[in-house]
Amino acid sequence: MNIATDYILALSGVLFVIGVLGVLVRRNAIVIFMSIELMLNSANLALIAFARAMAPAAEALRGHVLVFFVIAVAAAEVAVGLALIVAIFRTKHSIDVDQVSSLQG
Amino acid sequence: MDTRDLISILPLLVLAGWACLLLLIDLFVPRDRKSITAILAAIGISVALVINLMQLGEVRQAFNGMIVLDGFASLLITLFLAVGLIAIAQAYDYIKRRGIERGEYYSLLLFTLCGMLLMATAGDLIVVFLALELLSIPLYVLAGFARPQLESEEAAIKYFLLGAFASGFVVYGIALIFGATGTTALDGIVASFAATQENPVLLLVGSGMILVGLGFKVAVVPFHMWTPDVYHGAPTAVTAFMSVGAKAGGFAALLRVFLAAFPELSAAWAPMAMWIAALTMAWGNIAAIAQKNIKRMLAYSSIAHAGYILMALPAAANPTVAPEALRAVLFYLFGYAITNLGAWGVVVAMEKAEGGGLAIEDYSGLSNRRPGFALAMALFMLSLTGMPPTVGFIGKFYIFRAVIDADLIWLALVGVITSLISAYYYLRVIVVMYMRSGEPETRSESWLNATVWLTGLGTIVFGIVPGPLLALASQSWLSSLVP
Amino acid sequence: MPSDYLPIAVLIVLATAVAFIAILIGHLFGPRRPTVKKSDTYESGMRPIGPGTRRMSVHFYLVAVLFILFDIEIIFLLPWAVVLREIKILGLIEMVIFVLVLLVGFVYAWKKGALEWE
Repeated sequence: MNIATDYILALSGVLFVIGVLGVLVRRNAIVIFMSIELMLNSANLALIAFARAMAPAAEALRGHVLVFFVIAVAAAEVAVGLALIVAIFRTKHSIDVDQVSSLQG
Repeated sequence: MDTRDLISILPLLVLAGWACLLLLIDLFVPRDRKSITAILAAIGISVALVINLMQLGEVRQAFNGMIVLDGFASLLITLFLAVGLIAIAQAYDYIKRRGIERGEYYSLLLFTLCGMLLMATAGDLIVVFLALELLSIPLYVLAGFARPQLESEEAAIKYFLLGAFASGFVVYGIALIFGATGTTALDGIVASFAATQENPVLLLVGSGMILVGLGFKVAVVPFHMWTPDVYHGAPTAVTAFMSVGAKAGGFAALLRVFLAAFPELSAAWAPMAMWIAALTMAWGNIAAIAQKNIKRMLAYSSIAHAGYILMALPAAANPTVAPEALRAVLFYLFGYAITNLGAWGVVVAMEKAEGGGLAIEDYSGLSNRRPGFALAMALFMLSLTGMPPTVGFIGKFYIFRAVIDADLIWLALVGVITSLISAYYYLRVIVVMYMRSGEPETRSESWLNATVWLTGLGTIVFGIVPGPLLALASQSWLSSLVP
Repeated sequence: MPSDYLPIAVLIVLATAVAFIAILIGHLFGPRRPTVKKSDTYESGMRPIGPGTRRMSVHFYLVAVLFILFDIEIIFLLPWAVVLREIKILGLIEMVIFVLVLLVGFVYAWKKGALEWE
């Protein structure tokens, strides 16, 4: 079965929008962070779909390479992000971003 | 790959290898002797700087065009490494005083610098993304370095969430551009679009998303809301580095990507950049007036300056003005770096242990207590306003001229008017320092003093004799723009 | 072709309908006589101790963070292994450097005590 590139791109677009809305709407730092991961992975999906569409061309590899880097970088972001969230939870006992506001002024 | 490729990125290799080694060396440095790590880090940066200066003027591509070494890259690398050296000098005593002296500080600083170096030489969107993340991730940690102090942790998490959000936009933008043109190489994108004229909408949306993502990084309105909080909460020495290094890194990417990869679309992004620049200058300067805390004031000032720098982008969209605009923006970045690092250096010196000494009122009477410092701060404030005889004036002059030459008179007018507005809050600091009486508590730490003197000297010297730096900037081409 | 998906759509509708109908019938006609035993979490299993949502030790997060960092690097090792024959000695050297960099991180984590449980 061969799914047209358009459908995959539509899915990727929907995932990206869900991710953006998640960041804007949710208040829990971990959920916001998950939404960001969703954005990154929707981009991965788009990259792979484009790479598949131009498949035999050597340039298609660039898409694959970028996907690898995005995955690796996302892991690094997870590490730093989780560490920061744990650190702030220890100090404040909350990860609600609305309460992270002692700096407003 | 051959050795020539490796030589092209030798400063980066030295810096990255040294950062990894330093992480290990630091494990064996006793807790009370972390100054050793600082000095070792400074040595690493100096070696990279020397290598880079030896390569100045070379133009070549490496790694199949993934890396582009040209005048633009070399000059910015020089700037980044110099900023790194000053940042180490400013942090040296500051992190001891704050009780957050850990050796990782310097390793993280080196890693961030690696990201900036890579950003300046990126010739492919994949490298742009990698550089952006390498620049950002260590900075998130540095912003939270004063843990477990709540302010610093909050700054870190805000910076992290919004920074990661922005990089999501950048990646998706890159994906769309890859889909539209079938390549991620900056020169390939131009060639592909020029040949086929296909998918302009996809390309347009993709470049727009990259503009949004990088706009977050350099803090332009309306993507600036994190800036005051993060600059306020992060340890001041980190803020100083961030406000100069991260901003210059972001602009390096912005200029190279938009001028090298999307010149064909300039009719679409130039007006967008124009409006963002105008909004940024206006809002940054107006919001700064209301600030009572000097860190927040300087944060809004840095937003405003991002607007002035961004003005050069629409001007450079006009091919005949591009050389002039590029020269102006490079000079401005240098001037801004010198001035801003100096101003933040004074803030570092004035900060008390528990986050006190940061209100503008706390600067009352500085002219009696430390006349030298007050004079330096006055110079920095004049330079940020853009008054002669400082480097800030020359920088603004050339930016405005480039903008006028590109027939964007109204944009230049916005720049001039907002500069006048900015004089109000910059001069207020001078008034407080010289006209009010008070007994401010200051510190005299030799390395910190040295950075303030050095930047103060730079502010005035380059303000009076801008010629050499200007000549250097005008030779610093983006290699893709060489006719 | 979208029409190829028609059987799948029919299947989804049927499966959902059957599931709902089964629950509905049981709900309407089934006798309900709850006893203490029946409303236990596990009717014939272990007695639960303490609440179900206990706070986890922060150590788990630390281990998870370290795991994901080193785990993800496999995505670079796997493609490398596939083309190793073609990229020859240069590829080997590059991968040695890559693993050495990872090793720096590992040694750092080890010396900092991140791998100790207490």
